[in-house]
Amino acid sequence: MTEKESQVQAIGPKAYIVVWLCLLALTATTVTVARLHLTAYAVIASIFIATAKAALVVTFFMHLRREPWILKIMLFLALLALTLIVLLTFSDVWIRYK
Amino acid sequence: MVMDNEAAMKAPVSFYGEEGRFKGIFSWIFSTNHKRIGIMYLVAILTFFSIGVILGILMRINLISPGKFISERTYNSLFTIHGVIQIFLFIIPGIPASLGNFFLPILIGSRDVAFPRINLMSWWFYMIGGAIVILSIFTGGGAPDTGWTFYAPYSIRTTANVSLALVGVIFLGFSSIFTGLNFITTIHRLRAPGMTFFRMPLFCWSLYATAWTQVLATPVLAITLLLIILERAFAIGFFEPTLGGDPILYEHMFWIYSHPAVYIMILPAMGIVTEIFPVFAKRTIFGYKAIAFSSLSIAFFGYLVWGHHMFTSGMSDTARVIFSLITFMVAVPTGVKVFNWIATLYKGSIQLDSPLIYSLTFIFLFSIAGLSGLIIGTLSLNLYLHGTYFIVGHFHYTMFGGAGFGFFAGLHYWYPKMTGRMYNEKTAKIAWLTIFIGFNILYFTMFILGLEGMPRRYFQYQPQFRTNHIISTVGSWILAAGLILMFGNFIRSLFRGEKAPMNPWGGKTLEWTIPSPPPAENFEKIPVIEHGPYKYE
Repeated sequence: MTEKESQVQAIGPKAYIVVWLCLLALTATTVTVARLHLTAYAVIASIFIATAKAALVVTFFMHLRREPWILKIMLFLALLALTLIVLLTFSDVWIRYK
Repeated sequence: MVMDNEAAMKAPVSFYGEEGRFKGIFSWIFSTNHKRIGIMYLVAILTFFSIGVILGILMRINLISPGKFISERTYNSLFTIHGVIQIFLFIIPGIPASLGNFFLPILIGSRDVAFPRINLMSWWFYMIGGAIVILSIFTGGGAPDTGWTFYAPYSIRTTANVSLALVGVIFLGFSSIFTGLNFITTIHRLRAPGMTFFRMPLFCWSLYATAWTQVLATPVLAITLLLIILERAFAIGFFEPTLGGDPILYEHMFWIYSHPAVYIMILPAMGIVTEIFPVFAKRTIFGYKAIAFSSLSIAFFGYLVWGHHMFTSGMSDTARVIFSLITFMVAVPTGVKVFNWIATLYKGSIQLDSPLIYSLTFIFLFSIAGLSGLIIGTLSLNLYLHGTYFIVGHFHYTMFGGAGFGFFAGLHYWYPKMTGRMYNEKTAKIAWLTIFIGFNILYFTMFILGLEGMPRRYFQYQPQFRTNHIISTVGSWILAAGLILMFGNFIRSLFRGEKAPMNPWGGKTLEWTIPSPPPAENFEKIPVIEHGPYKYE
């Protein structure tokens, strides 16, 4: 299993640089969104951008791309659970203060 | 796959006799061997459990005659510290950190966990956290009096020593995260050749599901408690309504951890009884994959039901209905497990030894717990029963009747392997009977008290509740007597018990293929696995 994994081609420096540039662009987007005064929607936008950034880091910098499928599924389920937790909490706060 | 008897006889000395860099007590507290760490956890956990039991008995004594023995303030501190100790120091680390640490690597055919040093650090964090919690009782403004849930805004306003206790709990949380990380990595990376995920013993599956919960949910607790400390120190206004904060948000964040924590407690216990049933029925487990996936789905749905602790807190109606609905869904995978356990026993060649008796008791008590859970998961009924003794009865049946009895089942099952000695079976059965009777007298009475309207955490009560309170207190004494007998049996057997054979119960999993107690590195040669774990037919 592990041998098979190591045979998968390594992520090259070019990919790292592209990912890094994407992260910078997403950071710039977060700052821009914060200045648009979107009230509560700004929080949602920031969370989506942060999730995208985390996904890039985990996939490329932390090599999730080369991990076996079971780890990918488990991480996806974990992320899904966290998303639902955030959604349920936010929806309660949102409805209460509406 | 198995090492034969002869090879086992020639195996190196047990891990107790292992010679490392240190001698005496240091050879334990600086050991990175998963079995030594498991034993250290076990000793520490059972010590804290005993303290928690004593505090519980003191509370019950007060309730015979309120105010005669204990003051109001002391009573508030007693139920707070009792809760903190039993939840954070006993039942959360209980099975994974002690039996899990000891047996997980052996069950998957590994020599140790993936990160032995982090494992040791986890134990140190646990001890430091425990020491800080105990220290908080005797220092500062006095023992915390908030209840183990540290609800805002009272936890922000009280002059009691809450901040120090919270620091202790944060340490305990990190200890739990380290254990979870270690177990996930161990299961992914250190399985023996041929040990696929679906050839793992089901205890490993339950530890795997638990580990994910530990890793994902516990950081939420750490940050929430940190916010309370900051709020107390700097009056920032996260949860304090007078500063614009939202106390219900605290309850959300607290239960986002603390409800999944219930599954951190119960899943490993379910894993233990799943190991025990096939061995004592001499039958292959019924529905292996269904049990494995039900562990994962309990862990998953367990994340999404925390709101049922907050039905009367002022949460929105929409959220209350959603949380009530999802709560019912957790009952489905739990029902799958119970069905499979019973089906495993069907037509089995049943050997009614103490591990099986404790496992059957687990099913009985946990079913009462689960069914009473459906009652209070129903939104309309919860409004009536919330904050009464019904809740206290329910969670003691879940935590003690479920996780506690599962833990005791595991202790009886694996005691010969861990210590190399057999305990006295007759004494074990008498102890079980005493514990079972005491337990039901103590906690079933609480269901009745709750239905009659007795509020929880009250120091005083109306005269009509007195008889039931006295019955419940007498139950606590019987239960304590049973516990003393059980632990006395274990301690006595350490010195006078018969030598345990390699496989006293006829188990088929890997721990029964190595000597009792196991050698330092478990396996002389890593086994190659060719079939599933419960091959009886």
